[in-house]
Amino acid sequence: MKRLIIALLFFASLLFVWEALVRAGVWSAVLLPSPAIVARYLADAALDGSLWDASLVTLRRLFAGYLTGIVLGLPLGLLTARFRFLRDTLGLVALGLQTLPSVCWVPLALLWFGQSETAMFFVVLMGTVWSMIIATENGVRNVPPIYARAALTMGSKGLHTWLRVLLPASLPFVVSGMKQGWAFAWRSLMAAEIYVTVLGGFGLGHLLHYGRELNAMEQVIGVMVVIIAIGLLADKALFSPWERFLHKRWGTAS
Amino acid sequence: MTLDTELLNPPPAKLSVRDVSKRFVSGAREIHALDHVSLEIGEGEFVCLVGPSGCGKSTLLNIIAGLERTDGGDVSAEGAAISAPGRERMMMFQESALFPWLDVLGNVLFGLHLKPGLTKTERVAVARHYLKLVGLEKFERANVHELSGGMKQRVALARALAPNPRVLLMDEPFGALDALTREQLYGDLQRIWAERRKTIVFVTHNVREAVCLGDRVVLFSPHPGRIREEFVIDLPRPRDINSVELARYSTRITAALKNHTAHNEEPSE
Repeated sequence: MKRLIIALLFFASLLFVWEALVRAGVWSAVLLPSPAIVARYLADAALDGSLWDASLVTLRRLFAGYLTGIVLGLPLGLLTARFRFLRDTLGLVALGLQTLPSVCWVPLALLWFGQSETAMFFVVLMGTVWSMIIATENGVRNVPPIYARAALTMGSKGLHTWLRVLLPASLPFVVSGMKQGWAFAWRSLMAAEIYVTVLGGFGLGHLLHYGRELNAMEQVIGVMVVIIAIGLLADKALFSPWERFLHKRWGTAS
Repeated sequence: MTLDTELLNPPPAKLSVRDVSKRFVSGAREIHALDHVSLEIGEGEFVCLVGPSGCGKSTLLNIIAGLERTDGGDVSAEGAAISAPGRERMMMFQESALFPWLDVLGNVLFGLHLKPGLTKTERVAVARHYLKLVGLEKFERANVHELSGGMKQRVALARALAPNPRVLLMDEPFGALDALTREQLYGDLQRIWAERRKTIVFVTHNVREAVCLGDRVVLFSPHPGRIREEFVIDLPRPRDINSVELARYSTRITAALKNHTAHNEEPSE
């Protein structure tokens, strides 16, 4: 409760400083609209539905690409950890492509897939899958060998050892890989939406882009606030349960 | 009904190690871990393998467990050659090797899940039975990191006992514990052994511990790993590690150990 109050007070004072800066007239009102104007934009956009539609379009793209990235990356990471030849081939590719900022996939995706949903999907997938492969492989290879030995003496072998020992034992790495993949996917999707107009639907990136074109600073800032809020919410909703579990079982610091 | 049969003691197994040799390559050096080692262990016997590091005692234990292969000679349990790990031979390690992603009960259940023919309720009942045996029935929902070192080894013991093996292999299980906790566990292990009648092979470099626990103490010397001498410990049980009779045995065995090790190190040049 106390933490909540402190947080609320903090954000209230941020708004206050913002309002004070606007009133002081340091910057032109076109460049820095007051919190009230931004709030009005958000309220209007929420009422006419454009904000919800854009958020929905963006989140749909994000989840499609992100979940596919995890579903592909997790088993590929396990296989990479298991087979040396995959580590020397796919592992290197993953390591290399993971260092490539995923925005760099946008031009290629456009040429390959045109201004389509597929291009968006591809960019998000590329942002997720390599981190997931690297994190899973890294996690499995960091599992103390004694776990597998102990499991072996209890009759575990083959697939059972992989699913019931190596995978759960590498969970701390896997979850941080999922978080990193999420961050990459989110960033690359926003970049792609700002660059590329896809006729299939207008996402938050497009709203941001049109805000700039129309010189509507309240729209730019308002959409940024929404993007931040979605990022925070996803972090809490998607990863907090996992992290709480890890913290409880492993006893790591929260 | 099945639960009662499940909890019955199976007859402990006889182990036979014949002429076993094992070499490791570590970097450029070759380590001769075991050199023509032979050892017979009777049903329900408690045998302690003692020796300095590198004498091959843990290697022999791993071979009996089926975790490692021999380079020569054979190892059998009840006449059947050992080539892979088996549920009738359970192992305990120096580190507890408990799984941090499972709670205490989950850890004890792990091996039971791999044992066919048990229903879920039976598995949980069996796991609880062994947690009670090691005195941790109140901690079944605890997480591994919340346990002390001694409690972890108790859970590891319960986990090893739960599938009801005929042989228990223990690799310096109390090595990392403080003296007081160790002494408690000596008492518990002797009580459990008396109750459950397992054949136990126990590796340690603590001579007193070996004398306190073992029917027989087998002395190893390193480079190459060989059995040097065996001592039958003829003391009544339960034994107290601080008793004078026990100290007398361990003085003798320690002297023998020093003798073999020193003797062994000189001519190696």
